[in-house]
Amino acid sequence: MKLALGPLLYFWPREQVFDFYRAAAHWPVATVYLGEVVCGKRRTMTPEAWLEIADLLAAAGKEVVLSTMALVEAESELLTQRRLAEVGRYPLEANDWGAVKLAAGRPFVAGPHLNLYNGETLALLAELGARRFVLPVELSAETLAQLQAERPAGMEAELFAWGRLPLAFSARCFTARAHHLPKDDCQFRCADYPDGLLLESQEGHPFLAMNGIQTQSAQSANLIHALPQMAQLGVDRVRLSPQSRGMEQVVNGFAEVLAGADPAAVDARLQRLAPAGTCNGYWWGQAGMDWQPPADLHGPR
Amino acid sequence: MNHKIDLICPAGSLPALRAAVDNGADAVYMGFRDATNARNFPGLNFDEKGARQGIEYARSRGAQVLLALNTYPQPASWPQWTRAVDMAAALGVDALILADAGLMRYAARRHPELRLHLSVQGSATSYEAINFYREQFGIRRAVLPRVLSLPQVQRVVENSAVEIEVFGFGSLCVMVEGRCYLSSFVTGDSPNTRGACSPAHAVAWSETPKGREVRLNGVLVDLYKPGESAGYPVICKGRYRVNGALDYAIEEPTSLSVLDLLPQLVKIGVRALKIEGRQRSPAYVGQVTRVMRAALDAACADPAHFSPRGDWVAQLDKMAEGSTHTLGALERAWQ
Repeated sequence: MKLALGPLLYFWPREQVFDFYRAAAHWPVATVYLGEVVCGKRRTMTPEAWLEIADLLAAAGKEVVLSTMALVEAESELLTQRRLAEVGRYPLEANDWGAVKLAAGRPFVAGPHLNLYNGETLALLAELGARRFVLPVELSAETLAQLQAERPAGMEAELFAWGRLPLAFSARCFTARAHHLPKDDCQFRCADYPDGLLLESQEGHPFLAMNGIQTQSAQSANLIHALPQMAQLGVDRVRLSPQSRGMEQVVNGFAEVLAGADPAAVDARLQRLAPAGTCNGYWWGQAGMDWQPPADLHGPR
Repeated sequence: MNHKIDLICPAGSLPALRAAVDNGADAVYMGFRDATNARNFPGLNFDEKGARQGIEYARSRGAQVLLALNTYPQPASWPQWTRAVDMAAALGVDALILADAGLMRYAARRHPELRLHLSVQGSATSYEAINFYREQFGIRRAVLPRVLSLPQVQRVVENSAVEIEVFGFGSLCVMVEGRCYLSSFVTGDSPNTRGACSPAHAVAWSETPKGREVRLNGVLVDLYKPGESAGYPVICKGRYRVNGALDYAIEEPTSLSVLDLLPQLVKIGVRALKIEGRQRSPAYVGQVTRVMRAALDAACADPAHFSPRGDWVAQLDKMAEGSTHTLGALERAWQ
């Protein structure tokens, strides 16, 4: 079981993106997913810029995968996908079925935004060339165990284990809406929120985070306590989703537990790195927002 | 009259099916009484006998019946979904509306004669995604998620090898359908996994000194002052605080209505118009069907001179969430 750095979901300045990945080249992650997954209007990072980072990371020994957009609406977004596919140096993470069509025939990763809920779909993806799948975030350890039992030969499993959960995508930009702007004149306000814009209930409880057209959980997913169980279930990659502060500590924390450290001790440090607390309910087949204290964890029901 | 666009109406029950057919639906869509469809609510939908009666009624009056199996089976429940596919084939429905790629593969292999439609829950928003389903499973129609602008819909129609169906009226999903986990994040149940968004078992209303609260599994979705009309607590239509301001941060309670765009939808070659609302009453279904039938006929007959009649708009608004309507993503300003 190795660590993977998921695609950057936020809109950071170009220089910050480069700095982040120059640092990540030295982190204990085996795989790095690159590319714009959320919004086609974010263009400060061109495909060429992403490829520059890809080459840098590949040279540092990382497995590089190019992630496609989750919600494809415009022709320009299809063109970008085709360009990434034509590069050919790096496999794609397909995040919709149009990207699967594009990626088919060569090894690719079935991303977390593809609806993959059963063995028949897994078999279909394997036939088309998928070599790894990322479990949809709403599925539980129990479902993962069942999928693993049906997993085709040569297919790896990856799990979203740290970071604000991607929960939904819309045509509408909610960050722009919060600033009373239409998406067509969004003024890139999402750049002001490097970890998303917090949405609270009327009682002041952190609930969701708006990241442009994407809605995330306010709480960060945190499956550090589940790592031993994930190893038993044959998970190959543990996905950590980038955040603007403390990402290196998050990666190191997960690496320490993989190397045998006590999850509880590491978790005490990780809790401080989450912008608004942590959650792990999906893993236990409950509401995703729930946080099961580690003492209660005894494997899937 | 030669209908260029089929009117597809919701049938959550036999009376609703009759209301749709009697008021001019070209086809109705229904689901079985379990989690195999995305309107898995108590008291709704059809068992085998009811489905047979419904099909008979619709056929005898020239309407088609489509069957929605548009949720996502997991390994443990897979046999329940394949049985539903087999039962639909045995009933002889005019088409199956499927979302899951694996189930699509099963249906295409097991029942090659059965016409397949890609459900909105399949979440295909580009012609590339739609053409994937065409190549793999021979689908004949795709229902578009409510995330595209009108020019984007046109591009999909022009570049897809299958018929395109769009939503015409009803509750508005703000998020791309089939990939929204807001409901399971809060309640554990989502449209994909349980066929329900904001399941009733998680909803709690209470009167408090501050007003009428509605919670979903404990999360305060909205607080209504006396006299404010309250809607069903879907997460995307609640009021929350963002940067200190209290507002409908995602969307206000409203319904989608494409009445204003009917001639354009005719012109760009949309093949079918879907009315949302299998959870609605037969009276609602009858009335919406009647209005949309009249409007669609007028738009098809003389698109150049079409304008929505005031009484159509008034009747539809009366039945709309929040008594108001929107073109949703079809209009860029909404986005």
